Amino acid sequence: MKIAVLMKDVPDLVEELEVEDGALPLDDMSFVPSEWDDQALEEALLMKEEADVEVTAVAIDTGDVDNMLFTALAKGADRAVKLVGDFSRTLPNRLRARLFAQYCQAQAIDVVLTGVQAIDDLDGQIAGLVAGLTGRAHASVVRDVHIEGSQVTCVQEYSGGKMAEMQLAVPAVLGIQAARKPPRYVTIAKVRQIQKSATLEEVEAEAGTAPLVTVRRIYKPEAAGHAEMWGDDVDAVAESIVRLLEDKKLLRS
Amino acid sequence: MGQVLIVAECQDGRLSDATQELIGRGRELAQATGGTVTLAAFGEGARDALRDADADVAVVVNGDGVQQYNPEVYEEALAAMVEDRQPALVLLSNTTMGMDLGASLAARQARPMVAYCTALWRDDDALLATSQIYGGKLAADVEVPDGAVVTVIPGSWPAAGSSGSPRIEEMPSPAAAHTRVLKVMEAESGGDVDITRADILVSVGRGLQDPDNLELADQLAEALGGVVSCSRPVVDAGWLPRSRQVGKSGKTVKPKLYFALGISGAPEHLQGMKDAELIVAVNSDENAPIFEVAHYGATVDILDLMPALTERLEGRAG
Ligand SMILES: Cc1cc2nc3c(=O)[nH]c(=O)nc-3n(C[C@H](O)[C@H](O)[C@H](O)COP(=O)(O)OP(=O)(O)OC[C@H]3O[C@@H](n4cnc5c(N)ncnc54)[C@H](O)[C@@H]3O)c2cc1C
Ligand SMILES: Nc1ncnc2c1ncn2[C@@H]1O[C@H](COP(=O)(O)O)[C@@H](O)[C@H]1O
Repeated sequence: MKIAVLMKDVPDLVEELEVEDGALPLDDMSFVPSEWDDQALEEALLMKEEADVEVTAVAIDTGDVDNMLFTALAKGADRAVKLVGDFSRTLPNRLRARLFAQYCQAQAIDVVLTGVQAIDDLDGQIAGLVAGLTGRAHASVVRDVHIEGSQVTCVQEYSGGKMAEMQLAVPAVLGIQAARKPPRYVTIAKVRQIQKSATLEEVEAEAGTAPLVTVRRIYKPEAAGHAEMWGDDVDAVAESIVRLLEDKKLLRS
Repeated sequence: MGQVLIVAECQDGRLSDATQELIGRGRELAQATGGTVTLAAFGEGARDALRDADADVAVVVNGDGVQQYNPEVYEEALAAMVEDRQPALVLLSNTTMGMDLGASLAARQARPMVAYCTALWRDDDALLATSQIYGGKLAADVEVPDGAVVTVIPGSWPAAGSSGSPRIEEMPSPAAAHTRVLKVMEAESGGDVDITRADILVSVGRGLQDPDNLELADQLAEALGGVVSCSRPVVDAGWLPRSRQVGKSGKTVKPKLYFALGISGAPEHLQGMKDAELIVAVNSDENAPIFEVAHYGATVDILDLMPALTERLEGRAG
């Protein structure tokens, strides 16, 4: 059975986001794999431990995705594929989804895993878009994926902790909320080593057209409020907290 | 604007608050341009729930396939409705159902989409939406093209107060060919403690770094007479049981005091705790969105603060 994990990298939220003229200077920012795509990869690797599957990590060449793909190989993915063409960092999700969908159809992928969402998918989540474009069975906000014959089972989360066990016939597309275990860690040395021995497969692709939306401006939302800040001295902060709790009568007498 | 199609969700025999929010705004937008509001609803129970909803038409999908939520059945029904009615705007809530169906519906109907919408308004000739992106750190104002699918974050604006009497149309439920729902499970009730009943929550996030540090949170909670809760990654890592999770896919809490320790304040977390009476946030990143909902905050290391605070509280008690 063939599993593809669709991955993208997104700006690192740990860094200060500076908006310039209503847009993000993406070329100056540092990128990290989308956290939920990492979860999807981990789930695929766990599935590989219990069934006869081939795991391929797939990313679109919008800049520097090589490291992300080599890391996937170092973690245990069987193959890593880069969809190459004339793509920029600002490639909208609708076009990314088309590229991924074309690849999954052409390669007859059985189970597609990808993150349930990403921090930048303003025009739709990849899982749903790929499912819609390929007409495959799908479910999002899921975890605990297992292969059973020509079916996959998973748990779909509703709000408030309610959930459902589901079964989908392959080919299927799943938007992963979280892997069964935290994503595994590989050392930079191991990634370097893989980089020397393995290659990324390049597949030529063309984005084509899709219904897009126009962004007028990006900005930092006006905060409705802000905390009164106590500074960065641990003892002073602890003291302030105790005084606050005294004031509010929240201390046990 | 022609028709606004709203995908309704029911809870305990009522339309959900999130659906009422969509109806209110959908009605305003439709009214301004002489358009209409259509609800798409599922299951026998929906009929009662939407009897006095402020919509012109309600299409109730009924049959074996909609006894519980099944993405395939719901999507087939919605796709048929969209095909048939050609709505100018399709609104879903950014719930599991909206996240599940919004994008696939948009893709299969070749309609544009705007996700994570927090505001939707008309400006001269254009329909505009604000989309919340980058974990709530940024917003984007987006032009919503005719025919778009928009998923709206629940709680973005007040729910509709007005009511109406929609004309009910029946639609037989499509069959599920590829997707089966085997079992629906209620939330794990209580677990070891019920965080929704605690007056004081010491809530830890990924900033905890290591499960061994949970001890520090336990000791602080003990000193405060509170209970330890957490953000989602702490549960996904297996450090605490799911019953302790606060947020969109966890519990909604409203304690007298909520300590957010090493929690960034992603929208999905805020959804579960923003109404706490008093929020104190500690995060080494001064730009963490949690400080926007907290009443008091500090940029210190939680691994230093927790023991220091515990010691002070214990010293005071002793
Ligand atoms: C459908 C869906 C549902 C979800 N439901 C939930 C939910 O119910 N609840 C939930 O919480 N999340 C939920 N999430 C996940 C959510 O999007 C975030 O990923 C999550 O809330 C982040 O948790 P965090 O703040 O602990 O981690 P991070 O975002 O990684 O933040 C950790 C913070 O700790 C700070 N920090 C690190 N070290 C220290 C230190 N030593 N001292 C002080 N501060 C430190 C960092 O500055 C950072 O701000 C959901 C996501 C999806 C897609
Ligand atoms: N009548 C309904 N109409 C639309 N969605 C529903 C309906 N009943 C349940 N759901 C959805 O099915 C899932 C389980 O809901 P519930 O059974 O109400 O907890 C949630 O995503 C609900 O929004």
